Amino acid sequence: MYARPQTLNEAISVMTGGALLVAGGTDVYPAHAGRPVIRDVVDVSAVAEMRTIRETKDHIVLGGALTWSRLIAAPLPPAFDALKQAAREVGSKQIQNRGTLAGNLCNASPAADGIPPLLALDAVIELASRRELRRMPLASFVTGYRRTAIARDEILSAIRVPRQAASGHSAFVKLGARRYLVISILMAAANIELQPDGAIAAARVAIGAASPVAVRLPALEKDLRSLRPGTRPSSIVKPRHLEPLSPIGDVRASAAYRLDAALAIIGEALDRAAGVSPA
Amino acid sequence: MNASADFILNGSTAQAKSPPMTRLSDVLRGEFGLMGTKSGCDAGDCGACTVLIDGEPSCACLVPVAQAAGARVVTIEGLAAHTAKGEALQQAFLARGAAQCGICTPGMLVSAAALLEAGGVPGESEIADALGGVLCRCTGYRKIIAAVDDAARSATHEAVSPAAGHAIGARIARLDGVPKIDGSEAFGADAIPADALWLRAIRSSFHRASFTFGDLEAYQRAHPGIVRILTATSIPGRNVFGVIPPFADQPVFAEHESRFRGEAIAAIAGERHAVMALDLASFPVTWTELEAVLGMDAALAGTAPQLHAGRPGNILVRGRVSRGDVETALNAADVTVEGSFETGFVEHAYIEPEAGWARRSADGIDLTVSTQSPYMDRDDVAAILGLAPEKIRIIPSACGGGFGSKLDLSVQPFVALAAWLTGRPAAMVYTRQESIMATTKRHPARMHSRMGANRDGRITAMDFEADFNTGAYASFGPTVANRVPVHASGPYVVPNYRALTRAIHTHCVPAGAFRGFGVPQTVIAQEQMIDMLAAKLGLDALDFRILNAQTDLTPTVTGQVMGDGVGIRDCFEALLPHWREARARVGQRNAPSSRLRYGVGVAGMFYGCGNTSLPNPSTIRMGLKSNGRIALHQGAVDIGQGSNTVIAQIAADALGLPLAVIDLVSADTGLTPDCGKTSASRQTFVTGTAAQRAGHDLRRQMLRLGNAGNDARIELDQGRLMIMQQSMIRAINLNGLAIGGFGYVLCAEETFDPPTTALDTNGQGSPYAIYGYGAHLAEVEVDMRLGTVKVLKITAAHDVGRAINPLLVEGQIEGGVAQGIGMALMEEFTPGRGENLHDYLIPTIGDVPPIVSILIERPSSAGPFGAKGIGEQALIPTAPAILNAIHHATGARITQVPATPDRVRAAIARQDLP
Repeated sequence: MYARPQTLNEAISVMTGGALLVAGGTDVYPAHAGRPVIRDVVDVSAVAEMRTIRETKDHIVLGGALTWSRLIAAPLPPAFDALKQAAREVGSKQIQNRGTLAGNLCNASPAADGIPPLLALDAVIELASRRELRRMPLASFVTGYRRTAIARDEILSAIRVPRQAASGHSAFVKLGARRYLVISILMAAANIELQPDGAIAAARVAIGAASPVAVRLPALEKDLRSLRPGTRPSSIVKPRHLEPLSPIGDVRASAAYRLDAALAIIGEALDRAAGVSPA
Repeated sequence: MNASADFILNGSTAQAKSPPMTRLSDVLRGEFGLMGTKSGCDAGDCGACTVLIDGEPSCACLVPVAQAAGARVVTIEGLAAHTAKGEALQQAFLARGAAQCGICTPGMLVSAAALLEAGGVPGESEIADALGGVLCRCTGYRKIIAAVDDAARSATHEAVSPAAGHAIGARIARLDGVPKIDGSEAFGADAIPADALWLRAIRSSFHRASFTFGDLEAYQRAHPGIVRILTATSIPGRNVFGVIPPFADQPVFAEHESRFRGEAIAAIAGERHAVMALDLASFPVTWTELEAVLGMDAALAGTAPQLHAGRPGNILVRGRVSRGDVETALNAADVTVEGSFETGFVEHAYIEPEAGWARRSADGIDLTVSTQSPYMDRDDVAAILGLAPEKIRIIPSACGGGFGSKLDLSVQPFVALAAWLTGRPAAMVYTRQESIMATTKRHPARMHSRMGANRDGRITAMDFEADFNTGAYASFGPTVANRVPVHASGPYVVPNYRALTRAIHTHCVPAGAFRGFGVPQTVIAQEQMIDMLAAKLGLDALDFRILNAQTDLTPTVTGQVMGDGVGIRDCFEALLPHWREARARVGQRNAPSSRLRYGVGVAGMFYGCGNTSLPNPSTIRMGLKSNGRIALHQGAVDIGQGSNTVIAQIAADALGLPLAVIDLVSADTGLTPDCGKTSASRQTFVTGTAAQRAGHDLRRQMLRLGNAGNDARIELDQGRLMIMQQSMIRAINLNGLAIGGFGYVLCAEETFDPPTTALDTNGQGSPYAIYGYGAHLAEVEVDMRLGTVKVLKITAAHDVGRAINPLLVEGQIEGGVAQGIGMALMEEFTPGRGENLHDYLIPTIGDVPPIVSILIERPSSAGPFGAKGIGEQALIPTAPAILNAIHHATGARITQVPATPDRVRAAIARQDLP
């Protein structure tokens, strides 16, 4: 079976356990290199309501089939700048035109560029099925290396960003070994809300490719909130803030390098989000 | 819903019948025959399959055909008609030399057309953003950027059509270029007959394993559509091949034991849909993993399993060049330096995976295949089939990049065997994973060097040892082991010298030929040692090089005195003003505490053209046709480097006729004499000389028809040969002349084999008739905190003797530089890891900076019109120039490439220690 529904309800009705969900195809096909797709397929790329961004009273809602390119082109508040910067760094224009944010989350690579910026936006994942519509924080959704909480009959229908998380300024820093088409060695996203006096009202920092799942750094966020106005945020990033990280060594970099470089790119992301030029 | 997809394809309604999940790229190629959309990786990593879907560039390999429903799809074939700038882009790519092999060109053009659709003149960064998703391995991207800029500005290009006698030196667009820009070029996978069987190989996923087959007949019965399963027992001739016949050791199918991950043990031939639908994991074979040696230390250990009988200690071959008294000279030297250096496997990463097909001829096999070496393919396939070589015809398809790896057999024996045994055409196209796991790589090297010099700035001695990991089979391991000792001195006078090399077998993928045969690894050691030595003497690194540079009259380390054409000093001196300016600028820019540091480095090289002391003749045939045109049988396979154009330019000027009268007959063992392999930077030199001689001979024959002397002018005009000398004009009607051999009125055939001598036990002799020379200047920016390196500019001076076609020479230089950047900064293959183009990284359009080419023409009397090779030379100095620039910026020596951020950061951190 290959179903290409036009509405979310229709999609939910055909999404039975065992079917392969396809949106942009940018992860599905490489995963099937050299072997045919023999499962039933539900293709959500034509579900209009999943391809757009809409706003509710409390949330900005990114559809579950929203492509990177559409995200880049959409008018969104500065808090989304980090997410847009990440989008521009995903693969290539070709990938951005087809690939989706939701697919990036479902693929759940440790190096998924979309996850840190969405963690820094306190994003909530919406999962739809015939059984129920449920929501959970992104941090709960990604459960491990390439593992998520999605059930076999569920569709990631939307990514919801609470308005209170969408008020600051944000920045994304990607570290890779070449300019384009590159899987991150590391990436960091920061979101900072400044008070009129320059003090930090809220700070959210996330880092990817330094642990099986991208994570927020709560101890750093706490220290940032007590930062004296005028202090460069990068100046307080310390190795103890990286305790949640457990990087591995792979073809891209050693584990020790990742920890060392993490300090630098987190600082860079924070300074940019705070509007000060990087050291 | 299993409906087929209706869409608008290049302006016309199209209905796809393939199953909805079929990749759009496969539908475009398979169902609609639009072969301009190339499949390079099937993973979105290379962009070769880029098409426009509702105006947006997309990798067709990642799009279910169902998603094309209702969309407007534009492919390269429709680009001129259905985009605003498609045609302008195509013309600009041709004129600028932006297409070399042409395999990435459709993806580049389609991506660029999307960028320019809205009008306006994008800046370089916008062009790079738009084309960043398409990989090119040949051009170095700079001419592509220039071509897109031209098209955006609607710049016009005058066709370069030089008058008779002036083809050489003209910036002629490649003569075989049009099919590369309009999508019609047929690469190895593009002209496979519809009724062909398709093959897939069963390969070892272990580095070393023994195996036994289960019930193959039952497997075949259980899978309708399989026509034949091939194993070692299917081979009528010998189950062994290899590029150097005395060392041939590689089986088509391993017997009992596989020696590397990726080695084939069987192949399934059958109907295409059936074979492609197979899950090969279910193939009946039982594997027993065995102890493997992957590193050279492990392979050299006394207890190591031995890969080949007769090669004790897993040592395939040793190389040696020795001159003077090294130990005494090192002891006597005023200063000495010592260093150890290491490099890894490098993957060729051409965008066209290996592909080809075969069919039975009357009494043999015709094989259409992407290859660099048709006659070598012919002889090896003949031996495998147990047939005489003449029964095999190799018809090279367009070759989507080779760089050395398409010298060795890949699909050839499989398709030939299947076609021979079944009587049906048979085809095979490697997946990207197969291409990476099973075909040859650049040899990893481990090098140790000591050098000495005196206070007067003269190098006195060098002691060099290097081991090369040659993998499981010989391939070109002997070539690397023998070429390196000749070149390890670099282009300098080194009176006391010893270079010892070994090629060592391991259970890794075979290492073979890759642009430079071991020399690019060697200069990574040598050119950093030169910098170290200069520093110890307190001398400027470039002045030191100039002082020690070889000249026409100095001996090389093999005792060869070239007599003329030694242009290395010219290359260094051409860089001097750039060097001084850049060093001064960087000195002012660098603040001690800044995070970004800048550096400038230089490196030189020399590189022998052609085989090392071994015969490598080329034969060119030219015929005058009765219609007044010249047939040029040019057997040097053009893999993008430009031999179809360069050899024709040489032939035209040798004849004294305009290029336009030449009809090119390109490499085909049925049509062209043997021009050897496209490797070792030998085609312009060796085949070029044969073309020059054949041209001169044919010209003499034409003049003889009119009893004219050599100073006469000739013209071919509508079936007549016009001979003009002083006031006399003779017109000879060619139709009235007898047709001779090969169907020509007149025919000339000339062979040239470079004059070389064998090397004695100390490696003394004249291994090459010509060397090419060059030097690169690299400017880099290093992030001291992250260890990331950005190359800002490369200035490349090359002595090419005579630039037959400066446009193509620049293309070779720019492409070589790009590969050098990759080798320096990002490329390393580890067997079993990253068998794809997102883990194995090659430079993208954003990684190659502006490149300034300086062409030096110091002619060699041994070359055609003075010309030397440039193909490999262009790559060799880039990596060490970058590494020297990193040292200049940071103070840190990088002794292991690639200089990835973690390695650079670690080297900087070591430097910071008290």
